[in-house]
Amino acid sequence: MEKIYILWLRQIKRYLRSKSRIVGSLAQPMLFLIAMGYGFGSVFKEAGQGDYINFLAPGIIGMSIIFTGIFTGIEIIWDRQFGFLKEMMVAPVSRMEIMIGRTLGGGTIATMQGLLVLFISMLFGFHPEGWAVVFLTIFVMFLVALLFTALGTMIASLLEDMQGFQLIMNFLVMPLFFLSGALFPLEGLPTTLAIIAKIDPLSYGIDAFRILLIGEGYYGLGTDILVMSVVTVIFTALGSYFFKKIQI
Amino acid sequence: MIKVKNLTKKFGDFTAVDDISFEVGTGEIFGFLGPNGAGKSTTIKILTTLLHPTKGTVTLNGHDPAREPNVVRNLFGIIFQDPSLDDELTAWENIEFHGVLYNVPKKIRRERNEQLLKFVDLWDRKDSLVKEFSGGMRRRLEIARGLLHHPKIIFLDEPTLGLDPQTRNHMWTYLKEINKNEGTTIFFSTHYMEEAENVAQKIAIIDHGKIIQTGTAEQLKIKTNTKSLEEAFLALTGKGIREESAQPMEQMRMMRRRWHK
Repeated sequence: MEKIYILWLRQIKRYLRSKSRIVGSLAQPMLFLIAMGYGFGSVFKEAGQGDYINFLAPGIIGMSIIFTGIFTGIEIIWDRQFGFLKEMMVAPVSRMEIMIGRTLGGGTIATMQGLLVLFISMLFGFHPEGWAVVFLTIFVMFLVALLFTALGTMIASLLEDMQGFQLIMNFLVMPLFFLSGALFPLEGLPTTLAIIAKIDPLSYGIDAFRILLIGEGYYGLGTDILVMSVVTVIFTALGSYFFKKIQI
Repeated sequence: MIKVKNLTKKFGDFTAVDDISFEVGTGEIFGFLGPNGAGKSTTIKILTTLLHPTKGTVTLNGHDPAREPNVVRNLFGIIFQDPSLDDELTAWENIEFHGVLYNVPKKIRRERNEQLLKFVDLWDRKDSLVKEFSGGMRRRLEIARGLLHHPKIIFLDEPTLGLDPQTRNHMWTYLKEINKNEGTTIFFSTHYMEEAENVAQKIAIIDHGKIIQTGTAEQLKIKTNTKSLEEAFLALTGKGIREESAQPMEQMRMMRRRWHK
């Protein structure tokens, strides 16, 4: 337990010390809220869907969590290049513990980032339905964060350097975000897009945020949590497996 | 304590280590010498569970690093050739992290952290981030960290590279002491022949992935009919300079800087 804790603590300390990174990573969600939220607001209202900022904010929270989660996972590549991974790899710690410590650390960071975006979106006119569900919302945020940190760690165990990074951004992270229903309602989608959204784990996360924060949903909270829990377990197990195979 | 038999490691077509065999006894101080790119670090990585051999058998205290990595990881400590510190943590945090991972009890950890940081003259900088440290300070911190837990075997991959003579001296005094008091086996590689001659009880010289001689410094000098280990080394490995492939380290540093800004 102490080992998992120190691995977690390391991630948190690194996060809190990189102030420029925290601020920098808030720019993108703000841009989305302004450009999309205000830009499409009137069209959305005209279509009878209500307030777009309210609809969009949960999606943008999801965006910041998936980006932060995958990036903190991928940071293993930096550790590898800067030699610190060796220090962890030769230590008498099970690979599972390393994986869990890192994923919990990354998950915590991505959750904090998600909360920051929640507060920021309120400055831009987002009104959550109530605060009673706030703990449940944080729990779901943490679940989404764990899921994507585990995915990032898994990918990082398979990559030797940052060469493949652009590939991952363009072919994985961006599609996961754009096709998740973060920006549009899942009702009445063309069949292909509906299927893609259904296999995108982020869809369930954002759906859960909407249910909790604005009382609108598509899959149902139970389904959302179940799907994400299963996927998180699978990604963590796969990640530990690949992690074990790393040779330096 | 360490047994290596017919060990071969290939990276694609390139054979880094070619059918080597040697043994290191318990409590022995073993020097592993060779020019750049001879296969020293690769061998050490295989012994320390970081790489799997292509062929051959390796055991540490009877355990195979590839098959029982967790048992083996409890046996040794290592000081790496290239940096392995976390730049974003302080000196204290780096050493503390290490202590926790290596199961050093809190009380002993605190005592030794202080003792070792004083020993490498970094005590008053213990709360500074490692990224503010000079190359020599980082090196000293790595030495201190590597000595924190007292394992059965200590691997040192060119530990004295870039180290000032004072710290080098200190380090060897410390190592000899735990070697004597705790019977710790010490396996080190170095480019400093004088150092090897002074401390190693047994020496193996590796070149182009093959071990070309083993023995005490005396024996090597007699075999090559030379007066110092340096001359013996040159007689055995020739005078050509070896190239090592460059690592994409600098490129990564630049990318990271861009990333974090």
